[in-house]
Amino acid sequence: MLAFAVRRLLVSIPVFILSTFLVFLLVTWGADPLGQLKAKNPPPSQAEINALANTLYINHSLPARYGHWFSQLFFHGNWGPSIQPGISIGQLLSTSLTLTARLVILAMIIAVILAIVAGVISATRQYSKTDYTITLIGFLFLSLPVFWFAILLKQLVVNMNNSLNWYWLSTYGANTPGLTGWSAFSDALGHLILPTIVLAMSSYASWSRFQRSSMLDVLGSDYMRLARAKGLSRSRVMIRHGLRTALIPLTTQVALDTAAILGGAVLTENVFGWQGMGTMLVNGINSGDFNVILAWLTVSAIIVILFNLIADLLYGVLDPRIRHA
Amino acid sequence: MHDLPGENAQTTGNLTPSAGSVEREFTVQARTQFQLILRRFLQHKLAVISVFVLLAVILLAFVGGPLWHYSYTDITPDNSVSPSGTHPFGTDNLGYDEFARVLRGTQRSLEIAFTVAILATVIGTIWGAVAGFYRGFADSLMMRFVDLVLTIPILAAGALLSHHFQSAGWWALALVIAGLSWPAVSRIVRGQTLSLREKEYVEAARAMGAKDGRIIFRHILPNIMGQVIVVVTILVALAILTESSLSYLGFGVQAPDTSLGALISQAQTALQGGQWWLFYFPGIFIILICLSVNFIGDGLRDAFDPSQQRVRA
Amino acid sequence: MSTIDSGESATLTATDTVLSVENLAVDFPSGDGVVHAVRGVSYELRPGEVLGIVGESGSGKSVTSMAVMGLLPKTAGISGSVKFRGRELLGLTDKEMTRVRGKKIAMIFQDPMTSLNPVYKIGYQLAEAVLAHHDISKEQARKRAVELLEMVNIPQPDKRVDQFPHEFSGGMRQRVVIAIAMANDPDVIIADEPTTALDVTVQAQVLESLRAAQRETGAAMVLITHDLGVVAGQADRVLVMYAGKPVEIGSVEDIYYNPRMPYTLGLLGSLPRLDKRDQSRLTPIQGSPPSLVNLPPGCPFTPRCPLAQEVCQTTEPELEQVAAGGFGLRGHMSACHFKELVAQRDPADLFAATAQDADLPDVFGKNDRVLERDQEPTGRQVAEDDFGSDEEDR
Repeated sequence: MLAFAVRRLLVSIPVFILSTFLVFLLVTWGADPLGQLKAKNPPPSQAEINALANTLYINHSLPARYGHWFSQLFFHGNWGPSIQPGISIGQLLSTSLTLTARLVILAMIIAVILAIVAGVISATRQYSKTDYTITLIGFLFLSLPVFWFAILLKQLVVNMNNSLNWYWLSTYGANTPGLTGWSAFSDALGHLILPTIVLAMSSYASWSRFQRSSMLDVLGSDYMRLARAKGLSRSRVMIRHGLRTALIPLTTQVALDTAAILGGAVLTENVFGWQGMGTMLVNGINSGDFNVILAWLTVSAIIVILFNLIADLLYGVLDPRIRHA
Repeated sequence: MHDLPGENAQTTGNLTPSAGSVEREFTVQARTQFQLILRRFLQHKLAVISVFVLLAVILLAFVGGPLWHYSYTDITPDNSVSPSGTHPFGTDNLGYDEFARVLRGTQRSLEIAFTVAILATVIGTIWGAVAGFYRGFADSLMMRFVDLVLTIPILAAGALLSHHFQSAGWWALALVIAGLSWPAVSRIVRGQTLSLREKEYVEAARAMGAKDGRIIFRHILPNIMGQVIVVVTILVALAILTESSLSYLGFGVQAPDTSLGALISQAQTALQGGQWWLFYFPGIFIILICLSVNFIGDGLRDAFDPSQQRVRA
Repeated sequence: MSTIDSGESATLTATDTVLSVENLAVDFPSGDGVVHAVRGVSYELRPGEVLGIVGESGSGKSVTSMAVMGLLPKTAGISGSVKFRGRELLGLTDKEMTRVRGKKIAMIFQDPMTSLNPVYKIGYQLAEAVLAHHDISKEQARKRAVELLEMVNIPQPDKRVDQFPHEFSGGMRQRVVIAIAMANDPDVIIADEPTTALDVTVQAQVLESLRAAQRETGAAMVLITHDLGVVAGQADRVLVMYAGKPVEIGSVEDIYYNPRMPYTLGLLGSLPRLDKRDQSRLTPIQGSPPSLVNLPPGCPFTPRCPLAQEVCQTTEPELEQVAAGGFGLRGHMSACHFKELVAQRDPADLFAATAQDADLPDVFGKNDRVLERDQEPTGRQVAEDDFGSDEEDR
């Protein structure tokens, strides 16, 4: 098992390095860091432009720029300068990441639990009213744009808050500054609920469909029949033999969808005004802030690769056939 | 009518069942593969309804839009009116007719979505089929590249690149989204190809001297068509959601052109001011399109592979 | 015998019936209509007896056993009676049936590669069977698991008990399944095509394990198969099924030496035999089994039967006593209007040798000539040096 884990870890590292190169290419191609400066009114002097270009290490060949950025980051822990003077990208990253992590992790946990429950119920009561209802709800959430649902929810809660005169359930920002202790926690929770619901629902939708399908595959298998023939009760067979085996594909699916969840987080944060990773990215792209975008994509690559690794390891734990391969 | 051999049949070779007697018990109709698939699809009520809904939406957008007496760029003297006879979807604060805008947005979104779906499917299918068929080093290389592309969130890369191609038109946006969506398709196709290439009919084709290309196109691809078609439908829904998300953030379709996502983005403040019609109609259209496409995809999946329909049969 | 007290009430005598099936019928709804998979099966099983159920695919033999175990889906329509030790099983709640399954009646399925859960250890799956019906500790259950593995001749059982199914070969897995079946000393073991998915050499080992299971537990066995060779070696009585109904039932001797139904005769004729010297061609039964959706009236075997007459198309024959056999379901019965005509007949008399391959190349001389035992084929002799010697290195 340990050997398996080490092997997977070692394979991830070159993938990550290649990913950073691909990302670097993309950002070089897609972002114009000098654009915002040049568009200023009155137009800046050539000296100003050159200064910025130098700070950003732009006037070099692509490999040189990549090498410079790579060594700066991995040997000196330096994310590079932002276009905005005085902004530390590392600092920005850490505050943004903390906020987004809160949101994403909670949303994923809720989505997974709900998806498993829904998938199992749907599969065991295939073609019943319950199955149809759950399936319909799942399809609805699959077809709902995240941002639209977010705005809708936001508006509904605003209306509700105004008529009830109760403002704990917040619709803007991640927290109210200046609170401590229990009130800070409760306040954060109130700010957390809506965005989490929004982010969880689209993941829930696709995972519950997936889990249902996975359960159906397992329910028809021979070992389920044999377990029943042994005299085990329906519920025991369902959970011990059915669910246990059906959960395995879901773990990979959840990991594969992390990239999509990050995308969803971008939208959710935009609607609810969270200063998290999503806002950081949008602002970065709009201002052409080269190093900010680069930092964002690097961190997201780390997250995606990390989750893929976790999924592989989890798969090895859950399915003994893989361990011996 | 044959004489059925009776007591006196002593010789061998005297036994032939009467021609009609085996057939008389075959009450199952012989059907072609296509008919079977169609029949199973038609059993899926929601999928069939969705086909009509989708067709209605397409017609409305592509035919109804140009025919409507307001165009999406017309500024009418009515500002911020709620839905009425002249303006079924109301107008916004500048006087644009919302019905025309929604239809135009739908048209744009659909164009992009279908382009993305077809492009991504073609590229992804060829990539996946080649990788799965040849295996070995080529496969490793090709799929490592796929893994690489998949580490980048589509929305992030899409935002970055479409920001860059802002002035180029909607087809550039479609290209960007397609360029980021094909890897997922290639994974699925590769998986299918890997299992099919071991089948005996591939070996048989090879033994008869068929070249690789022929085997891929004539033997493998037709057999994974079912799965691929399902993937296409999923892609359409995904593309619409991606495009509208990008447009909502400001990175997708740009003014003066409009898309459903852009309309929703513009409707945010209007919603707070009580102008619900600007927000709901574009959203409902996205939901309708995605729902019907998803149901159709589900129906197709059941039609091509009924193994998950437990004991109805 | 075992380390577990079965706590059973009255022991059965040799003449009691441990399992009695009466007029069992099973229907399934399908896209094309109702499938009458089983159309009235009856048999009686005595303690320690082995009943072989023989038939083609689709004859309903597996469905019959699933109905006995109560493992059919809810959409299946079941009628008739299944009595275990006098107690009616059809109509019991699922909870009540779980107490019967695995403890009183155990089942072995066909495909060993998929019968065991791949994520649990073998020992766990064995212990689970025991723990489902006995309140003992995990250690005791594990000990029992090792015992069971030993009984089915799995080498190094104490090591193997902690391994996973994918570390076992197909034959070994099937023996584990047999071990699971006998874990709780059942009174009836139903083996549904236990050797069909296995190589012939492995079959022998598995059948040996099956015999051992029967010996150890004293259980009666229902052995379902389409392999007449397996039945001949294992069974005491045989039930031949066709199109969802039994067409002949009797002792092994009755069936093999005195078949009274053309289908049975045809089955025997399609068996390759090494001991009959004057048979050169097999005489298979032409045609295919009928669809069970819309069976026309009359005997379902009619289209393929060499003795078929008018009456066969109109009236389906009932199972009736054969003149020279015992009594009722314990005797020799056959469902054929012309059972007397089948008596003492050779399959080759009624069924033609396959004439389909009329264009075989002339390697053996005239293609329908019967070879005498000492004759050589007239075609090209295969020379020894065509294949190279055995000493060649690979």
